[in-house]
Parts: sequence; C-alpha cells; structure tokens
Amino acid sequence: MVKLLSFEKSLKPLYEELKEKRKNAQSTDYIEEKIAETLKKIYSNLTPYDIVQIARHPDRPHTTDYINALFTDFLELHGDRKFGDDPAIIAGIGYFNGKVTGVIGHRKGRNLKENLRYNFGMAEPEGYRKALRVAHLISERFKAPIITLLDTPGASPTIGAEERGQAEAIAYNLQELFNIPTPIVAIVIGEGGSGGALGIGIADKLLMLKYSIYSVISPEGCASILWRDASKAKEAANALKLTANDLYKLHIVDKIIEEPAGGAHRHREEVIQAVGKEAQKALNTLSRLSKKKLLEKRKEKFINIGVYNE
Amino acid sequence: MSLFRKRKKIVVPVITKEYGENKWIRCKSCGNLIYYKELKENLKVCPKCGYHFRLTAQERLEQIIDKDTFEEWDAALSSDDPLKFKALESYKERLERAEKNSKIKSAIITGKGKLNGYDTAIGILDFGFIGGSLGSVMGEKIRRLAERASKEKLPLIIVSASGGARMQEGIISLMQMAKTAAAINSYKKGGGLYISVLVNPTYGGTTASFAMLGDINIAEKGAKIGFAGPRVIEQIMKKKLPKDFQSAEFLLKHGFLDAVLERKLLKPTLSQILSYYRGKKW
Repeated sequence: MVKLLSFEKSLKPLYEELKEKRKNAQSTDYIEEKIAETLKKIYSNLTPYDIVQIARHPDRPHTTDYINALFTDFLELHGDRKFGDDPAIIAGIGYFNGKVTGVIGHRKGRNLKENLRYNFGMAEPEGYRKALRVAHLISERFKAPIITLLDTPGASPTIGAEERGQAEAIAYNLQELFNIPTPIVAIVIGEGGSGGALGIGIADKLLMLKYSIYSVISPEGCASILWRDASKAKEAANALKLTANDLYKLHIVDKIIEEPAGGAHRHREEVIQAVGKEAQKALNTLSRLSKKKLLEKRKEKFINIGVYNE
Repeated sequence: MSLFRKRKKIVVPVITKEYGENKWIRCKSCGNLIYYKELKENLKVCPKCGYHFRLTAQERLEQIIDKDTFEEWDAALSSDDPLKFKALESYKERLERAEKNSKIKSAIITGKGKLNGYDTAIGILDFGFIGGSLGSVMGEKIRRLAERASKEKLPLIIVSASGGARMQEGIISLMQMAKTAAAINSYKKGGGLYISVLVNPTYGGTTASFAMLGDINIAEKGAKIGFAGPRVIEQIMKKKLPKDFQSAEFLLKHGFLDAVLERKLLKPTLSQILSYYRGKKW
C-alpha cells in the first residue's frame, strides 16, 4: 500500500477494504472509484504544506526513474576531475526521443540505505562541479541540449562541504551555466531546495510539476528563524509561496506540468511521460534559437527577476 | 588544552549614536575600555586586541573611498513586498524597523568613487539592514552597478557582509543569486576586473553567488564566511566544529581566498590591485 500522507488519512479504511477485496478476489471497481473520488476531493483542496509533503513522498518518481523511462542508451559520467565523485548528483548522456541529450539531476534514494548512500539528494561541492563539467562536455563536445531535474532538500551542510567550498561551487555554477551554448531545460520534479537546487537550475526554460516545491529555504528552516519555532512549518509554507501555482503567478516558472489527483507517486508512468513530453516541447522551441540569442535570452530571463520600488 | 575549557562567548558589540564621540566603550572581545574617538581613528579596530568592530556601509565607504569623491547610484530603490509576507513580524514591519534603526533604505550602497585616486565602481553591503540580506533591491542594484561599471570601463569592488538570501522575498530572493551571478558573468566577459571583499559575516546565498565570484577574493581579518550556518552543520553532523571553522584563515587555507587582510591594509591593497589594472585600454 502506498504510504498515506497526514492529510490523506481518510483514505485508510478504503485502502484496507480494497486490500481485503483483492484478497478475496472480489470486484474492486466500486472501491477503486470511491478512492479516486476521495483523492480528487482531497487534492482539489491542498494547503501549501500538504504539497510540501507530496513533493517529499518517498515513492515520488526521482531523477533515476525519469532517466530510466525517458532515455535510451544512457551513459552515466562520473567525477569532477578535481576531488571526487558525488553520488547525490547523477549526470550523463543518452538518447531522449531519439536525439542525443544530456541529463543532470539530484539523486534521491527510495529507502534509508539508498538515501544514506546518496545523502538524501544533498549534493557536495563535487556534485556541482561534476554537473558543470558534464554540462560543458555535453554542450561543447556533443552539441547536445541538457535537461536538468531538480529534487533536493538543499546542498549538503557539512564540515567537508564547507572545506571544499560549497558556496564557491554553487556560485561558479550560477555564473558558468549562463555560458553553456546549447539549450537547457530545468524541471523541478520534487523538492527545489534553495541554492542546492538552483546550483543546477540555471536554464532557458523552467518547468515545474504541479505538486513540487521550490523555495529559498525549507519551511522548517524558515519557521525556526522567523517564528523561532520549527513546528510552525505550515505557516512558513504558506508565507513562502513555494508551490508551482505560486511560482507561476510570480513569473518564475514558465510552465506547470499537471499531476493527476493523488500525485505523481500514484501515477508514476503517466507523470513521467508528461514530463518527457513537456521537456521535448520546450527543447523544440529552444532549438530554433541561435546560440547568441539563446544565451542572451537565458540571461534576460534571470536578470529581470525582482520586485522593487523606484 | 583542557577538554572542558569554557567556550569564549563573543558578543558582537554594536556602536550606536548614543555613545557619542567622547564616550568610552568596552571591547567585547578583550574587555578593555576604549576611548571612542581612538577606536574610530583606528578604523574601529580595538587598539588593544585587534578585534574588528562591525562597520556600517557608510563607515566602510568613508574608510575605502577618497573623501568627497563618491557618487551614489540608484539610491532611490527600495523594497516592495511581493509575497505580502507575514511571520511573527510582517515583512513590511521588518522593513520599517530596519529603515528606522539603520537610517538607510536598503542593504547596499552602490556608486563610483576614487580609491587613492583610482576610479572604481563600488558596492557595500550593510549588515545592519536586515542582516545585509540579498533581496530584489540588492539584486537590482548589483546588476545596475555591474552594467554601468562595464559601460564606464571601471573596475568593480563589492564589499559583502550578509546573512544570505532575504527569506521574506521567497523564491524571488533565491533568484537574485542567479541574477547577480549573471550580471557578474557579463561584466567579466566584457573585460572588467571584479574584486570581492568579504567581511564579517558572509553566509548563504550571498557567499554562494556574487561574493565568491571575485576575480580576486579578499577577506577581512576576523570574518566568518560560509555557506551553511555553523549551528545547522553542528546539528546535522552531531559533532563539534573545528575551532577555526569558517574563519577567513580557514577559507584561505582551503584555497578560496587570495588574501586575508587587517582592516588597515584593505585600502592600500585594493589601491595596489587597481594600480595594476588597465581598464581604460580594454
């Protein structure tokens, strides 16, 4: 059974009934319909913090799921050529809809063991440096576009990460990704955790799954600073305006990719295909631009963000 | 060294107007009483222990830029409240409090001036204005600063002191990291020289964008510089941090700075770098 989130608890008896019916080989049509109906009702009325929880659901499709489903002949490339290889970032090249395309994304695990190996998708400086190295390689040697998939709680906050220049690694990516000469499409597929997400998030088009989030700080972090109480994460999630709808309204995101009621973790294949379709559409529009125009527009996209009085 | 040595509590002293010119103030690092005038003459460095007191952007400007040569740019820019952000204190209230306490309109001053006679564009962050946080106004002022410096073929100096991105502007503040990085990128591609000066403290989204992108990175002595805050790291790692962790010397040792300088050497060193620069001949 799928792990139920706190706001989905009313589904529990229905899922149990479904399990029972399946065990007894009885018809499940009615109960499945009932579940779908309830999900629709719940998902039409989600709070921002509910969406935070969906974005973090352990069964939500992760970067590797998208690569496995959407890429053929994928070759993972390792290492930053400076210090090490960070498993929290996956980078490589393959065929996407028959065309050579690069892909870079955060890697989250499905269970604790995997998550410990991938550090819960929190990248080290080496991860960001690998991402940039591979971005250069893909664009300059293979002349191929790049899809980046954003799904991280944030950049790794450790002694080692500071020693090896976490801030410098992210800053340098932010600068250099403006010089990558082929199209980049970034897609927030789960948690867009602050600088850790933005570090591979400079792109010509920014897409976002409906139940993903993108924020300057986690709601918990914000709550503990501005409310002096980490349990006020719900309030912080409201205030931060971190949902796809909010970001679209703020003109940060170019397009929201719809998810059915119940979220991507209940409709994995459907959502993965939708992401593939939208990524392809975005790449099609971008491929018409000259290199000069592409880089100009990428810069324009970010340099015009800001709300102030004058 | 005793295992149970009491951790020295460092309280950052704040100098307000009420001290006046003729007051004595206590250095919170060494505990000695210092005549305020003497402290000021010593660039607000404790003459006894060398502790670097925090400077306002205006004070920093007066220390670095030659008298009566500064021309301020974009002074009229002020913050809006795009998210209508409300926490215990709303963003609007927070901005009003910051303006009232600091008497400035934003967390950065930008403009051009002379440094020992050399023309330069300069931006100075003020930690006293909501922790020098990076929001839309700072992002836009840095963008215009870099663009104008490029047009006027000036070298660019930014002095950073900041807690990071301004949470109250949400995703828009995060995007200021990308925006400032884009501006610095274009400035450098145009042949400009960007010197980043990091002073105490520089953290988070500020370090992870324009502050770490200097062609030359210089830190002031006593500066703490990092990405994640020490408390967060301590909580995550469940272990004590090394003593010099995130100090300027720590960053120098790990290769992220060109130099760590005492305050009195800052202007002479900047001037020396500018003397090598052939900006007008791009």
